[in-house]
Amino acid sequence: TVRNKSRPTQKMNLFQSVTSALDNTLASDPTAVIFGEDVAFGGVFRCTVGLRDKYGKDRVFNTPLCEQGIVGFGIGLAVAGATAIAEIQFADYIFPAFDQIVNEAAKYRYRSGNLFDCGNLTIRAPWGCVGHGALYHSQSPEAFFAHCPGIKIVIPRSPVQAKGLLLSCIIDKNPCIFFEPKILYRAAVEQVPMESYQIPLSQAEVLQEGSDITLLAWGTQVHVMREVAAMAQEKLGVSCEVIDLRTIQPWDIETVCKSVVKTGRLLVSHEAPVTGGFAAEISSTVQEECFLNLEAPITRVCGYDTPFPHIFEPFYIPDKWKCFDAVKRMINY
Amino acid sequence: MSSFTWDYCAKSACARSKCVFIGVKCILRTIVTGLYGFHVKFCTIHSWAARSSLADWSLLGVRLLRRPRPLPPCARALSPPLQQQPFDSLAEKPQFPGASAEFVDHLEFIQPNVISGIPVYRVMDRQGQIINPSEDPQLPKEMVLNFYQKMTLLNTMDRILYESQRQGRISFYMTNYGEEGTHVGSAAALDPEDLVFGQYREAGVLMFRGFPLDLFMAQCYANVDDLGKGRQMPVHYGSKDLNFVTISSPLATQIPQAAGAAYAIKRENTNRVVICYFGEGAASEGDAHAGFNFAATLECPLIFFCRNNGYAISTPTDEQYRGDGIAARGPGYGMLSIRVDGNDVFAVYNATKEARRRAIAENQPFLIEAMTYRIGHHSTSDDSSAYRSVDEVNYWDKQDHPISRLRHYMTARGWWGEEEERAWRKQSRKLVMEAFERAEKRQKPHPDLLFSDVYLEMPPSLEKQKESMWRHLQQYREHYPLDHYEK
Repeated sequence: TVRNKSRPTQKMNLFQSVTSALDNTLASDPTAVIFGEDVAFGGVFRCTVGLRDKYGKDRVFNTPLCEQGIVGFGIGLAVAGATAIAEIQFADYIFPAFDQIVNEAAKYRYRSGNLFDCGNLTIRAPWGCVGHGALYHSQSPEAFFAHCPGIKIVIPRSPVQAKGLLLSCIIDKNPCIFFEPKILYRAAVEQVPMESYQIPLSQAEVLQEGSDITLLAWGTQVHVMREVAAMAQEKLGVSCEVIDLRTIQPWDIETVCKSVVKTGRLLVSHEAPVTGGFAAEISSTVQEECFLNLEAPITRVCGYDTPFPHIFEPFYIPDKWKCFDAVKRMINY
Repeated sequence: MSSFTWDYCAKSACARSKCVFIGVKCILRTIVTGLYGFHVKFCTIHSWAARSSLADWSLLGVRLLRRPRPLPPCARALSPPLQQQPFDSLAEKPQFPGASAEFVDHLEFIQPNVISGIPVYRVMDRQGQIINPSEDPQLPKEMVLNFYQKMTLLNTMDRILYESQRQGRISFYMTNYGEEGTHVGSAAALDPEDLVFGQYREAGVLMFRGFPLDLFMAQCYANVDDLGKGRQMPVHYGSKDLNFVTISSPLATQIPQAAGAAYAIKRENTNRVVICYFGEGAASEGDAHAGFNFAATLECPLIFFCRNNGYAISTPTDEQYRGDGIAARGPGYGMLSIRVDGNDVFAVYNATKEARRRAIAENQPFLIEAMTYRIGHHSTSDDSSAYRSVDEVNYWDKQDHPISRLRHYMTARGWWGEEEERAWRKQSRKLVMEAFERAEKRQKPHPDLLFSDVYLEMPPSLEKQKESMWRHLQQYREHYPLDHYEK
């Protein structure tokens, strides 16, 4: 486990836990560099505050405003042996880099017969709804990348998780995309170990055990699920098992299926639009593996198939009432 | 309006030209004396005083303004980033952070000059005669013979592998006809440790570095000896030992990657450079713009080498760009740039050598646009008679070919003759045919290699998929060509 009473911790919010992970990395790995738009002064979400002064301008630097350049440059750094940590300012702006990520980074090792790879590359980007972000400051694009073998996709739910998972991504010898729930940057605060530690990738975490239904989510939505679990227990007497997927790709099929075999019901929830969202992949795999154990169809509570709206966000997001209602219907199926 | 005159000056001060640009920028040529005693001119558009040598602002009655003397190259590399002048609202000078310029009070658009564009640097004429003896790198005989043999060996391998595709032995091939000079001239100017990012028409660089014929063939045949484990189409070569990053099909993606690699190498302080090859078509991609801008802004020791061969598949250059080629874009990024005769192996060599020296010494990128001609079809999937005349192709093949120009240079010195030519043709063909016959007989790699290297470690889900494939093959094996694959 992460918590060890003898290790010193500090109260940190999520962006500070990211800074801490980056600080640990720059301190221990002389090849590590951090780059992207506006990272030099500390970043638009303050994730890189203080690092340039501490480690030098050749290691923490701004790039021109060009996501395809940021990722391409990062791939080259990694290929040449440096630890490259690229920041994309918002996940919504990752798409110019899609070719570099999907056609290059993800395929580097495979296509070269393992002569070359960019495993030293980690891409970080703020992710998910924030209350007022609308179309271009709220997106959750993990499903686009989940379809691409060769990269890893990781999404933390809290500061302690963020630091450990980010450090795992940085150390992992495969190119990783680390999406940081921006709404949690300030809102989530925990005691976080100051030294370096890792949380394993491709391992889902069962946050709370239950017997009647499995609630599966990642990032911000995990907290929604925890609330739903409490509501379900109180109002319906339903015992929910809550799982944080943590790594979207490659995902922990075993833990999820084991849970569904036990409960017989699965609810998956994400902000991203329902069609082609990652819940669809989970749904498909779980019904293949656990068909005979299912007591109800697998349900997805997700965003609608629209761009992410501004003023209509309260209606758009898969909030606890929508998820609670889904639980009720599944229990009564 | 004054027209452009290019005023060549062999040795000393920079040549000046009458600018057609009003007020702001003036194209200069700086003459750089390399360590090898020859002079290579790089074309710069004056932007920052410290980046160029003496810049004169002169045009149509606008006052001459002498810029301060620039820092010498090594000092420039070490000096802090160029600062904006401190604010002085009383001064009659623009105070904008975005540009260092003077005011001008009459309206005129800067005219791009494509009629007499950036000149083409060459050392030999089309008959292989040295034009300016001080530019002759005077390479030793063995080195020049090696250039010739590598270019012709490549040519021979191209003929045989193109033919083998026609016969259905390999699936696809791309020849390098006409561009051998760009490969060998540039590769010879590099150190073996320098990292190469290519596009797909640079096999001569790999050949020059010593990649064996067997491994070229292995990759094209996707057989069990292929370093790439049979995963890619032919000509997607790569070699870790020879510092040649594996080729990928998407165009220009290597350009920003090369900038990143150069940045890492700069931090290592190992006196290595990165070279990045691409064609004039790929230079239209967004990744090219990204790569140039990053390399210049982040001060990367990098040579951008553009093979401008006249065509991107069927698209001629006048449908690819409207400006003065690729070299003219360099100054827009603050990059030192040159255009060379790509069919003149010594011009390519000289330019690359000097670019390498300065890129490392000064931590800045250089852009070399090597003008050449793609004599062959784009690939075995192309028939270029559909979009260009046989006469045009024949001109380049017969009248301006890097191989024949070098041969004239060699025969003029008594280093090569009919007999050597005959013997070498026979020997090179024999080497290629023997490698070809060996490659033909080899098996294909084990089908397990379909699944490995997606990640460093194989995820459980992929293990399961592999198992399911083998279960399927057990039952349906007669429908699959398993006999050709390693057991």
